[in-house]
Amino acid sequence: MSEQFEPVIVGFLCNWCSYRAADLAGTARIKYAPNLRPIRVMCSGRVDPQFVLQALRSGADGVLIAGCHPGECHYVNGNIKALRRFLLLKKTLSQWGIEDERVQLLWASASEGIVLAERVNKMTEEIRALGPLRWHDKVLGDNGAIPIPVKEI
Amino acid sequence: MGAKEKPKLAMYWASACGGCEISVLNIHENILTVDEVFDIVFFPCIADFKVKDLESYPDGYIDICLFNGAIRNSENEEMAHLLRKKSKIMVAFGSCAYEGCIPALSNLTTKDATFDKVYLNNPSIDNPEGILPQVVTKVAEGELTLPAFYHTVKSLDQTIDVDYYLPGCPPEPHQIWAVLQVVVGALLEGNPLPPAGAILGAGTAAVCEECEREKGEKTIDRFYRPYQLDPDPNQCLLEQGIICMGIATRSGCGALCPSVGIGCRGCYGPPDGVIDQGAKMLSALASVIDAGDETMEDDELEQKIQAVIDTIPDPAGTFYRFSMAHSILRRVKNGKGDS
Repeated sequence: MSEQFEPVIVGFLCNWCSYRAADLAGTARIKYAPNLRPIRVMCSGRVDPQFVLQALRSGADGVLIAGCHPGECHYVNGNIKALRRFLLLKKTLSQWGIEDERVQLLWASASEGIVLAERVNKMTEEIRALGPLRWHDKVLGDNGAIPIPVKEI
Repeated sequence: MGAKEKPKLAMYWASACGGCEISVLNIHENILTVDEVFDIVFFPCIADFKVKDLESYPDGYIDICLFNGAIRNSENEEMAHLLRKKSKIMVAFGSCAYEGCIPALSNLTTKDATFDKVYLNNPSIDNPEGILPQVVTKVAEGELTLPAFYHTVKSLDQTIDVDYYLPGCPPEPHQIWAVLQVVVGALLEGNPLPPAGAILGAGTAAVCEECEREKGEKTIDRFYRPYQLDPDPNQCLLEQGIICMGIATRSGCGALCPSVGIGCRGCYGPPDGVIDQGAKMLSALASVIDAGDETMEDDELEQKIQAVIDTIPDPAGTFYRFSMAHSILRRVKNGKGDS
């Protein structure tokens, strides 16, 4: 029996659209890959690039940021901020050798449970094909086990 | 006071440029006071001290050690452990020891690529036999050894316990002097020391707070390299499209670079509350990119933003110029960590 690699995808879902899309996917009993670990944020614009990096460092194989469609943001333009950060982050991550498929951005409105479910399925397969990231042991080695100290004045 | 009672000072360089030592000497006539107050027991830059001198001291003999330079090879690591053992107070002095600085930029590539550029494929290199440094080389007279070159540059606190941090590339002389005064006050007069792990000789806010340029609403439709633009002397550099790290960098230098028309490089590291300076810079910078009209089609919107981002040639090297070793991911993916 060969064990299939199950990617861990951390999802930052906005409270007003994408988290509700995930809720809808659940209540509509849409079957999709169980690889997403959803975290609710108030807005995709709240997703600090540090969150994405910390997720990758701490063992995630991929990160999905999901928010409302442009023009539909509960906070007017938080999702446009997310888009700008995402595009710049993607360029930076490519310098780290982190594949584009590992960090993705999705617009999913509260009625688009199916859109979210399909993207999670697609992303799971893409990351499964890439293989595990395992930043701690594969990239940093033993040294990676040391937590980053929090400095205080 | 007898010479025996003087607190003992050490300063050592690991993977560094020597600028930190120069900045210590740059505290002007106060250097005479340093000599008067401290007994200098190990300082290879200014006097002839050997490792065996250091080894001969009892543990905890040195009161304060100013350690500058990152941990690039096994010798740096060995010296860090030795100095930790011999010192009561260990200060990560300057950006290299604090967060990796310029040496840690090589974490953006691999050890093999670094060796290739330094020893093999470089216009100023003549090495037809492709000789690379070896840890052990056998010659007729016996074995010669060199320190092992690590894959990943580490900061001092990723190697040993560090009591205080003094950021800057190099730290500003007036800040060094202020820190030395605090230490002297503690050692000679029994004043309380700052809490362990404190960042000394710097502010807590961003460089913008010290910068006198006029700041307004920021919307940037393209970025410029420093040579492409003669900046307005009074307006915020970032608003003019020059990448200035001031928004994501700890204050304490007095905004030296922006005041002469150069964008802040970020050498004081992240301000309070920020773990990853580069990510925070990325976040802040992306927020002020001109996103165009929100009624645009998704594709059009993305293209417009991408066009602005394309004017930043090397985001990782720019945002992490000083903080690569202390960043969340620390190094690029291809290439295993330390051997």
